[in-house]
Amino acid sequence: MTIDTLGAILLIPVISAALLAILPGYLLTAKLNVVAALATFLTSLSLFVVEPTSGQYLLLDDLNKVFIVLTTFVGFTTSVFSASYIHHEIEIGRLTPAFLRFYHAMYQMLMFAMNLALVANNIGLMWVAVEMATLTTVLMVGIYRTHEALEAAWKYFILGSVGIALALFGTILVYMAARPAVGEGLDGMVWTVLVKHAAQFDPALLNVAFVFLLLGYGTKVGLAPLHAWLPDAHAEGPTPISAVLSGLLLNVALYALLRFKMMLAVNTEAIAPGPLMVTMGLISVIFASLMLYRRRDIKRMFAYSSIEHMGIIVFAFGMGGPLANFAGLLHMTMHSLTKSAIFFAVGHIAQVKGTQKIADIGGLTVTNPVLGWGLMLGVIAIVGLPPLGIFMSEFLVVSSTFARAPWLTVILVLGIIIALGGLFLRVGAVMFGEPKGKTAPAEASYVPMFTHLGLVLMAGIYLPPGLVTGFQNVAKLLG
Amino acid sequence: MSSLQFDIAHLLAGSLVLASFMMLYQDRLYALLNVYALHAGVLALSVAWQAYVQHAPHLYVTALIALVFKAIIIPVALHRIIRRLGIHREIENVIGVGLTMMAGIGLVALSMVVMLRVTPGADALAREDLAFSLSVVLLGLLIMVTRRNAVSQVVGFMSLENGLVLAATGAKGMPLVVEISVAFSVLIAFIVIGIFLFRIRERFDSVDVQALDRFRGERR
Repeated sequence: MTIDTLGAILLIPVISAALLAILPGYLLTAKLNVVAALATFLTSLSLFVVEPTSGQYLLLDDLNKVFIVLTTFVGFTTSVFSASYIHHEIEIGRLTPAFLRFYHAMYQMLMFAMNLALVANNIGLMWVAVEMATLTTVLMVGIYRTHEALEAAWKYFILGSVGIALALFGTILVYMAARPAVGEGLDGMVWTVLVKHAAQFDPALLNVAFVFLLLGYGTKVGLAPLHAWLPDAHAEGPTPISAVLSGLLLNVALYALLRFKMMLAVNTEAIAPGPLMVTMGLISVIFASLMLYRRRDIKRMFAYSSIEHMGIIVFAFGMGGPLANFAGLLHMTMHSLTKSAIFFAVGHIAQVKGTQKIADIGGLTVTNPVLGWGLMLGVIAIVGLPPLGIFMSEFLVVSSTFARAPWLTVILVLGIIIALGGLFLRVGAVMFGEPKGKTAPAEASYVPMFTHLGLVLMAGIYLPPGLVTGFQNVAKLLG
Repeated sequence: MSSLQFDIAHLLAGSLVLASFMMLYQDRLYALLNVYALHAGVLALSVAWQAYVQHAPHLYVTALIALVFKAIIIPVALHRIIRRLGIHREIENVIGVGLTMMAGIGLVALSMVVMLRVTPGADALAREDLAFSLSVVLLGLLIMVTRRNAVSQVVGFMSLENGLVLAATGAKGMPLVVEISVAFSVLIAFIVIGIFLFRIRERFDSVDVQALDRFRGERR
């Protein structure tokens, strides 16, 4: 069964990408995109029933199962949103059918690359997949071909490539460290083999390798000193891509980092990766929350909010231990769902109003009540107010830290509160205030947005025991 | 391994660092491209030598890719793009040549200190290779930082990738998968860049990144 299920998760996107590149007619291809994403999601669900065993190239364990299901689910809902989003873009002539064909093919290629990164058991293969995901998103960010979009794509490309290059150097160093213990050849890059023998690796070399990996994949996660590409890429690309970037691609890079963290944890003489991650996480939280106050572009604002939340997640995983890992995992899931829901709302709002400038949008709850209240609910969720899911995960992060490092908790909570203030300050004017801009009713599909928000609300009130035990297993795995 | 084999490998890897230094102070695009071609040529020699020393025939493929693709096709193509865009004027260095060279020397010293200290267990050739390749990577980053022109930033990035290939081939027995992927990703990266350059050309008649910088940050 090995290749069957895992292979299908990879094959469906590839085949559909090829089909979408050929087929004309955007109505048909948009539907096909949705169908392909749904098929991938359903296949990933079957992983719970039939568990394929891991081979030398592909791997399935509790950790990546969570990531795969989350990725394919958000990939599916985003494709539904994307179908109604691009319909409008075609009407106003921002995208041409030829570009759309390219867009859909790239969307599926991105899904393929992310799935490949998640199931790869070979650290070289994982690197290739992350690089491929970067390149496809670069192309999609630049798709509008405006000054701003090109600059954003260029910046993303250069910074992303540098990050990915550093990650490759780190990967090579890991191989060098593994060679004396594992031997030459393919085994030296197979993750399961590496973890088994990591205790015998040269600790000094592993340390240097991890620093490179942290800087490299950390760039892709959007951690604070390395985040410069993220706001531009989110703001200038098509909104479905912003949703996928924030909700999924940042997670995939984080996943790569977590794999190497697990490897380092086995080697007792190597540095503990935790403190490094905690530091970078905290810097990201504080920095991004302060940056929220000066935002004028609504998509850019939520991009900074993503940096903040990735900071919280990396902080939680950096703290480690079953409880903090559980909290980090839950927070990552909640953030993916909420942030993509917010981008779904923001995408339609920007289309209705014809602008992304916060100053030009006003009184949404009056002009477009469903969108307005949908976004409001999303913002309430993302700042971490009860009873939604993010409140719960942030509460877990804070309380698990408080017992071990009270001072860090103070900094973290400060960051969260600053972010709450910033987001409410900016969003308040957009929501209430004088109605501004065009008031045409939105031709939107609300289903994806409210599905996500419903799930987040449900998680805040009641977590199914099956999910809890699943997450606990993963948290234990992460050490 | 005989000391002659080691010396030649050492010489070639060192020449790669030297070529990186030469790229640092080139202030004309054509000259920069020529030095890059030299850089890739030295890389090809170095990889071929590694293939011979390690008795790893598959590395010859990597060497061939470096020679044909990086040392010939890309420089020629970039030459054409530069001519088409009409930007064969001087490159502006953001900081002065002297300062850039000092920074470069500092980076090389840094990578020597870091790599030689953490790899006492590895064999001498791999150690030296890693130290040199980290220098090339860091110098590539420095080139990218000190340039404003999109083409020269790309050249800086490609020299950085050369450093990675040096590291990958120096690591004895590293699976072929990775080497091909490295070469392949460079190819993809180049296609992407090509598309971008043409788009930028379509829109602005300029590939000076500074022209794009006007739009940096928030639109007010």
